[in-house]
Amino acid sequence: MPDPFQRAALATPPKLAHQIRGLSDRTIAWLFVAPTIFLLLAVNIFPLIWTIRLSLTNFRTNRPNNAVEWVGIENYRKILTNPDTWASLQATAHFLVWTITLQVLIGFSLAYLINKKFRSNDLWTTLIVLPMMLSPAVVGNFWTFLYQPQIGLFNYFIAFLTGADPASFSMIGEVALAPWAIIIVDTWMWTPFVMLICLAGLRSIPPSIYEAAECDRASKWRQFWTITLPMALPFLMLAVLFRGIENFKMFDLVVQLTGGGPGATTQLTSIDLKREAFEKWRTGYASAYAVILFVTVFGLASIYVKALNKVKDR
Amino acid sequence: MSYSITEPSSRQKWIAGGLVIAYAILTLLPLAWIIATGFKTPADAIAYPPKVLFTPSLEGYVNLFTSRSRVTPEDLAALGPPTTWYDSIVRQYDMVITGASRYGERFLNSVIIGFGSTFLSVFLGTIAAYAFSRFKVPLKDDLLFFILSTRMMPPIAVAIPIFLMYRQLGLSDTHLGMILLYTAVNLSLSVWLLKGFIDEIPIEYEEAALIDGYTRFQAFYKVVLPQAATGIASTAIFCLIFAWNEYAFAVLLTSGTAQTAPPFIPTIIGAGGKDWPAVAAGATLFLLPIMVFTILLRKHLLRGITFGAVRK
Repeated sequence: MPDPFQRAALATPPKLAHQIRGLSDRTIAWLFVAPTIFLLLAVNIFPLIWTIRLSLTNFRTNRPNNAVEWVGIENYRKILTNPDTWASLQATAHFLVWTITLQVLIGFSLAYLINKKFRSNDLWTTLIVLPMMLSPAVVGNFWTFLYQPQIGLFNYFIAFLTGADPASFSMIGEVALAPWAIIIVDTWMWTPFVMLICLAGLRSIPPSIYEAAECDRASKWRQFWTITLPMALPFLMLAVLFRGIENFKMFDLVVQLTGGGPGATTQLTSIDLKREAFEKWRTGYASAYAVILFVTVFGLASIYVKALNKVKDR
Repeated sequence: MSYSITEPSSRQKWIAGGLVIAYAILTLLPLAWIIATGFKTPADAIAYPPKVLFTPSLEGYVNLFTSRSRVTPEDLAALGPPTTWYDSIVRQYDMVITGASRYGERFLNSVIIGFGSTFLSVFLGTIAAYAFSRFKVPLKDDLLFFILSTRMMPPIAVAIPIFLMYRQLGLSDTHLGMILLYTAVNLSLSVWLLKGFIDEIPIEYEEAALIDGYTRFQAFYKVVLPQAATGIASTAIFCLIFAWNEYAFAVLLTSGTAQTAPPFIPTIIGAGGKDWPAVAAGATLFLLPIMVFTILLRKHLLRGITFGAVRK
């Protein structure tokens, strides 16, 4: 039986066949790349340019008939002088520093232990990875149930460990505890990601280096500080970069957990931005806010990548 | 296994294994609690101390899929005995079932948008990755970096103009609008992952096919695609998981017809307060497919996560 391609080739008029066959690699390359570039331009770059334009106006989406005025950098000035902005940047920084520290410590330790290659370690690795595969909004919503005073499993657990009254504290209702409530859930969810990257790092170290170190009678402790850690460092830094970018954008988990409250204690920048854009409908102001955030992430990430490359080249 | 001086001793393995398993059990507890709560009655769900052993009930699932209304005991008596098992569950609370809830529709929306955007992002990603891998594309490195950089934008930041743009084009709250949006978000991952997979396929196979008289398209279709099948499949799973779990765009850009499950599940409420068993039942049905997927396909998935990260 002739295969469909041969039949198609036979059925195609010679002239057309020549044209298809004659499509140069250059044409095919463009044909294949163009849809992707087009879609990304339409859904990412065009909106970004539009955001920059809107950020220079006083446009409000809920009042489309108002005259749109150019206000120059007025929005930017307002944002940078607004104490709420700095409060939410501070909340974000607190969230970032603690989630990254905890996730790197726990994630690296887990990877180190898993790398001891105990039996069926790949199954346990998979089970540990489960939380990061799930919908942050749905899981975050359920964590508010675990955090309920008295009836919540988390409160019960803490009470069991410390002997405190499980009804005496509310993780998401108290100003002092709410920032930790979001840090705990984020760490629970994303430690596996750091763990996987660290594991890739540990597995990339050739065993021959350790063998050489053993021959030189280097202690395990010394081997860890002079071989394991330096060689896994680029991976560790990469994990920090990814978690940093992701948590700077953090929205779904925290919206469902605390909604930014109580007061504004867990109002991360994304949540603050969402309030301005979709609750107060100050579109121009919110656009300027979005630009500032984007420039901040991009700037910090670029500086960090430079540092990362230096470590890699060393 | 060959003996090596760097192989951990069996005592070390026991300690390491024990610690990792302890962590795994602790970290899985919240997930087990979701599944268990789905089978509790509302009274059991909020019992103190938390109930580990309980009589399973399907009340949460019945409440998840139905909408109900309260009736007077006289009206209830006039209705006669319940005809189905779910009727009898509801009638214990002086309620009758008035119709189906929206959960089914929301779940179906998640399926349509998830699979639609996955197909599109994998299709576009594969051909773009092939071109980047095999041809001299002008400004290749810049384009690849541009594709990657689109992932750094906070969703809320792009949401403002997309919200306005979609309103103009009539795409807000439509399946097509969400599919295109998720496709665009997933494309960066899809192109990068697939380029890695296609780079690994020796170019000699295609050259042999071309010499045998295949056209470029045929060589791509019959030689490269089958070789890249595993890579394409694991990329597809990543795209699907992202689209399945996405919340920020869904909550801002959809409200009725195209709303997916993640913004819907947290809004489930019962009569007099939050109906936690129904929420847990909804969450279980929504999360379970991903859990099963992850466990079954762990080899490809775990490789994919680190691969995508380490390549950059």
